[in-house]
Amino acid sequence: MDFPKDLKYHKEHTWVKVEGNRALIGITDHAQEELGDIVYVELPERGSDSEQDESFGTVESAKAISELFAPISGRVVDINEDLADQPELINDDPYDSGWLVEIEMSDPSELDSLLTADTYKKYIEEEKG
Amino acid sequence: MNTIGTTGLVMNEPLIFERSSEGKRGIEVPKSDVGDIKPEDVIPADLLRADIEGFPEVSEVDVVRHFTRMSQWNYGVDTGMYPLGSCTMKYNPKVNEDIARLPGFSRIHPYQPEELSQGALQLMYELEQYLAEISGMDAVTLQPAAGAQGELCGMLMISAYFASKGRPRKKVIIPDTAHGTNPASVTLAGLTAIPVKSGSEGALTPEAVKAVMDEDTAGIMITNPNTLGLFERHIKEIADIVHEKGGFVYCDGANMNALLGAAKLGDMGVDVVHMNLHKTFSTPHGGGGPGSGPVGVKKELEPFLPVPRVIKKDETYSMDYKRPDSIGRLRAFYGNFGVLVRAYAYIRAMGAEGLKKAAQMAVLNANYVKENLKSHYHLPFDQPCMHECVFSDKLQFEKGFSTMDIAKRLMDYGFHPPTTYFPLVVHDAIMIEPTETEDKGTLDSFIDAMKRIAEEDPELVKGAPYNTKTKRLDEAKAARNPVLKWEKAEN
Repeated sequence: MDFPKDLKYHKEHTWVKVEGNRALIGITDHAQEELGDIVYVELPERGSDSEQDESFGTVESAKAISELFAPISGRVVDINEDLADQPELINDDPYDSGWLVEIEMSDPSELDSLLTADTYKKYIEEEKG
Repeated sequence: MNTIGTTGLVMNEPLIFERSSEGKRGIEVPKSDVGDIKPEDVIPADLLRADIEGFPEVSEVDVVRHFTRMSQWNYGVDTGMYPLGSCTMKYNPKVNEDIARLPGFSRIHPYQPEELSQGALQLMYELEQYLAEISGMDAVTLQPAAGAQGELCGMLMISAYFASKGRPRKKVIIPDTAHGTNPASVTLAGLTAIPVKSGSEGALTPEAVKAVMDEDTAGIMITNPNTLGLFERHIKEIADIVHEKGGFVYCDGANMNALLGAAKLGDMGVDVVHMNLHKTFSTPHGGGGPGSGPVGVKKELEPFLPVPRVIKKDETYSMDYKRPDSIGRLRAFYGNFGVLVRAYAYIRAMGAEGLKKAAQMAVLNANYVKENLKSHYHLPFDQPCMHECVFSDKLQFEKGFSTMDIAKRLMDYGFHPPTTYFPLVVHDAIMIEPTETEDKGTLDSFIDAMKRIAEEDPELVKGAPYNTKTKRLDEAKAARNPVLKWEKAEN
């Protein structure tokens, strides 16, 4: 399983890629593997606000529907429209073409509460027990 | 041991539209001896349909074979064991079907005058009393059409109660072991769900409830036994905490099958409960037919029950609409009456002792399955269960197959798969509810099948099912590109 070092991770299995005051958000390789084949994604509207730790959408796989929890707060400035027709992008390429939303951060200090690739990896190993 | 699943000749069958050929008829109507009346002479043009495109033209035998063949693709509780956890797919005695079809019940009209509907009203009145007795409540409404509407009914009543006191409360506590519909019902009633995690032993802890319960919280929605099949053993203490802050305890009684006649939710501090007649009380469940989710309440909430209420004065029954605090009507007429008849007949036939025995057998059967399978499947909560038990695929996952593969493979052995990937608190859950209606022989052959699957070649299990008419489906493709309508092939 792959956890790029240049990303920050949230315990609810989302990742953040920071570019200036904007951040790209997606779900981790671990999350996509746990969910299995993703068949539908419900994303927020552009211009809506998301709160850290709060649900901002859902992802549906053959197994279950899971909520997506925002790793950071801010305004949604862009969403990945390709996912409407190709939700499998999340399975195939979770860190690149399978991104979910782009957020304009309202409180960049929240980034400090996120995990590094190494601590996230340790976290999911513990979670598995 | 012989497995009950085998192969057999099953027919393919096209859609009825594809069987059609122009001019084919099922019946021949005798020549009319009165003159033709043209529809356009008596019906306004804008209400007349010129043509029904693609309407199938088939013979009687075409229709009979069409539906008979499709019925043979089906698997129901009349075919075999259906251990779908959380669903209580038990066998229901056919005599209750006969009773629901008695003309006195099946041919009455809801607009019939009360004096001509006394039997039906008496049945409803008495069923309310029985359900109140079984659940330990003071009053019951039979109106909700199913469990989820019962939940909504309960939430609306609780909400109306606080509104009537001039101090609305908007929050409702929901543990992660509650049924999935609970948070949805809370939201639909205009309230906000506050999630709470269950403790390490699969039960909700009083501490967790204490931490979130306050005077802005209308109450808690708890499922007992919970969706892990475990008894919420702190329920009384939790109820006390909620009551202390003036809140109500709602119990999702969908798992009532485990408690019938043995314990009353009212004694545990529950103030509102819904019961699923279509699970527990002899209406077939899961066939898409009507359900029924009566709601019982303690005295304090009685004024808020939906209208109308069946009342008895001297020896006469009538409907009471004069209830100013009522949340109103929830359902056209009086609920799904046929389901009420089955429940009434079942309760009367079983009696108090019989119902208790049913619950005991349901619990015994689940524990029998649990104890026999825990050598082969990971059991996350190794403790006595109620009417269902939850395993995970942890041991099989290491060998290369998973919950879904086990479920699919079970079909080859002649069993309906158990519930999979639910509840979410157990990773890759396999949730088994045998119900009281399976005997030891059937349970043993189910256990044997499960054990054999656990030891089978992972590649074999991953390719299952093999004996079914349709083999392994591409579920991801079906969900990503659903074909939702039939179109005539271009010639």
